[in-house]
Amino acid sequence: MNRLINLLLILCIGAAVVASFRYLGIDLGELTGSGNLKQMGAYVLRFLSPDLSAGHLQAIGRGAVETMAMSALGTLLAAVFGLLLALPAAGRFGWLLQSASRLVLNGLRAIPELVWAALMVLAAGLGPNAGTLALAMHTTGVLGRLFAEALENTPPQPAEAIRLQGGNVVWAFCYGTLPNLFPQLLAYILYRWENNIRMASVLGFVGAGGLGQMLYVSLSLFQEAQASTVILAMLVLVFAVDGLSSWSRQRWVKV
Amino acid sequence: MLTRDTRDPATLPRLLLSLLALALLWPGIHFSELDLGVLLQADSQSEMGRFVSAFWPPAHGEEFLQLLWQATLQTLAIATAGMALALLLAVPASLLASRALSLSAASRGGRPSALGRLLRWPVRGLLIFLRSVPEIVWALLFVRAVGLGPTAGVLAIAITYSGMLGKVYAEIFESVDQRPAHSLLQAGSGRLAAFCYGILPNVAAELLSYTVYRWECAIRASVVMGFVGAGGLGQQIDLSLRMFAGGEVASMLLTFFVLVLFADQISRLLRWRFA
Repeated sequence: MNRLINLLLILCIGAAVVASFRYLGIDLGELTGSGNLKQMGAYVLRFLSPDLSAGHLQAIGRGAVETMAMSALGTLLAAVFGLLLALPAAGRFGWLLQSASRLVLNGLRAIPELVWAALMVLAAGLGPNAGTLALAMHTTGVLGRLFAEALENTPPQPAEAIRLQGGNVVWAFCYGTLPNLFPQLLAYILYRWENNIRMASVLGFVGAGGLGQMLYVSLSLFQEAQASTVILAMLVLVFAVDGLSSWSRQRWVKV
Repeated sequence: MLTRDTRDPATLPRLLLSLLALALLWPGIHFSELDLGVLLQADSQSEMGRFVSAFWPPAHGEEFLQLLWQATLQTLAIATAGMALALLLAVPASLLASRALSLSAASRGGRPSALGRLLRWPVRGLLIFLRSVPEIVWALLFVRAVGLGPTAGVLAIAITYSGMLGKVYAEIFESVDQRPAHSLLQAGSGRLAAFCYGILPNVAAELLSYTVYRWECAIRASVVMGFVGAGGLGQQIDLSLRMFAGGEVASMLLTFFVLVLFADQISRLLRWRFA
C-alpha cells in the first residue's frame, strides 16, 4: 500500500513536469533550431568584448559603491527597527502587542525585496533611496523575527538579578540581557548584510539604483559591451562578499 | 572596603567603535541618497495613500480571477519545468565534479591524484559561473534573447539552479561514508555501478529533500523574475503596479502568499513520504 502511494506520487510528479512543458508551450527543438542558435550565438558574442574604458569603469565603481551603501544602510535601518519590533514580538509588553508586532513582521517578511522595491519606487521615486528603503523593509521582517527568537532564548537571570538589586528596566536590559544577546545579533546582522549586497545589485531592475539599474539601462539600449562589464562587476562583488564572509566566519565565529 | 563604581568600564571602547562605524557609514548616506522623509511627505503620502487605500477590497472580478488563475498556473509551471531542465544538467555535472567517484581517490585514501583534480576543475568552474550570476540577471538576458514570456523564466531557473544543484549534489556525495563506493571501485566495478550501489542508498533522502526545497525556492524566484518580463504572477504584479491598480496588486500578493504556503505543504508531504 505504502509503495503504491509512493509510486502514484512519482507518477504525479512526472505528469506535472510533462504538463508544465505542455502548458508553457516550450518547444525545445524549435529553441535549439539552427537559425535560433545562430542568433543567440551572435548575441552572446557581443558580450565577449567588455567595455573597459576608464570612463565606464569609473561609472561602474560609482554603481558598486552605491550598491554597497544601499545594502549597508538598509541593513542598519533594519537592525534598528527590527530590534524595536522584536521587543514586543518576544512578549515583553503583553500578548496584544506581541501578536500585533508578529503580524507586522510576517507581513514585512512575506513580500520579496523586489516587490518592495517596486512599491518604494512609486513612493520615493527612482534612485538608490527606494532600494535602501526596500531592503530595510524586508530585512526588518527577517531580523525582527530572528531577534525575537534570540530574545526569547536568552537566560533571564542576569536581568532579574539587576532588577532585584534595584536597577530599572532599561539598565536591566542594557547590562543584563544585551551582553548575552549581542554576539548573536551581530552574527544575524552580518549574515543579512551579505544577502543584501547580492540583492542590492539586482534591485535596480525596477529602478532602485546601483549596479542593477546600470545593467538594465545598458541592456535596454543594446549596449552589450557595457552590460557585460556590469555583469563582471557583479560577479566580482559576489565573490568578494563570499570570500569576506567565509574568512570572517573562520576568524570570528568560533564553532 | 569595596566602593560602588557607577562607571561602566567598557564605555570608551564602545564609544570609539560606534564613532568608527558612524564615520564609515556617513558617506553611505550620501551615496544611497537616504531620505526617510519621503515616506512621510505630504504629497508622496497622499500618492502612496491613495494607492494603498485601493488595496481594499482586493480585485475579484470574474475576468480578473481568470487572469490570476492563469498567471498562478504559469508560475507553477515555470518553476516545475525549470527544475526539470536544471536536473538534466545538474545530475551529470555533479557526477563529473564529485571526488566521490574518483578511481585514484579509491586507492589513495580519498585524495584524488593531481590529474584527477585538474580534470574536475572545468566542471566545477562551469557550475560556479552558472550559479554566481543571479537568476534575475539570467532572466533579463534571456528576455532579450528569446523574447518576453515564460520561456525566459524557465531557462533562467534551469541555468542558475543547475549550478546550485550540481554543486550541492557533488558535496552531498562526498559527505557520506566513502568506503562502500571505494571498495566497489577497487573490486573492479564501473563508476556508475559504484555510484548506484555504494553512494545513492546513503544520499537519496538528502538529495530529495534538497531538491524539493529548491523547487520551493524556484516558485518564489519565478514570481520575482516576472518583474523583468519572464511571465507568471510577477509580470502581472508589475503591470498592475504600473497602472496603479491597488486592488489587483493586493489580490495578487495574497495569491502569492497562498502559493508559497501551498508549496511549503507540498514539499512537507514529499519529504515525509520519501525521506
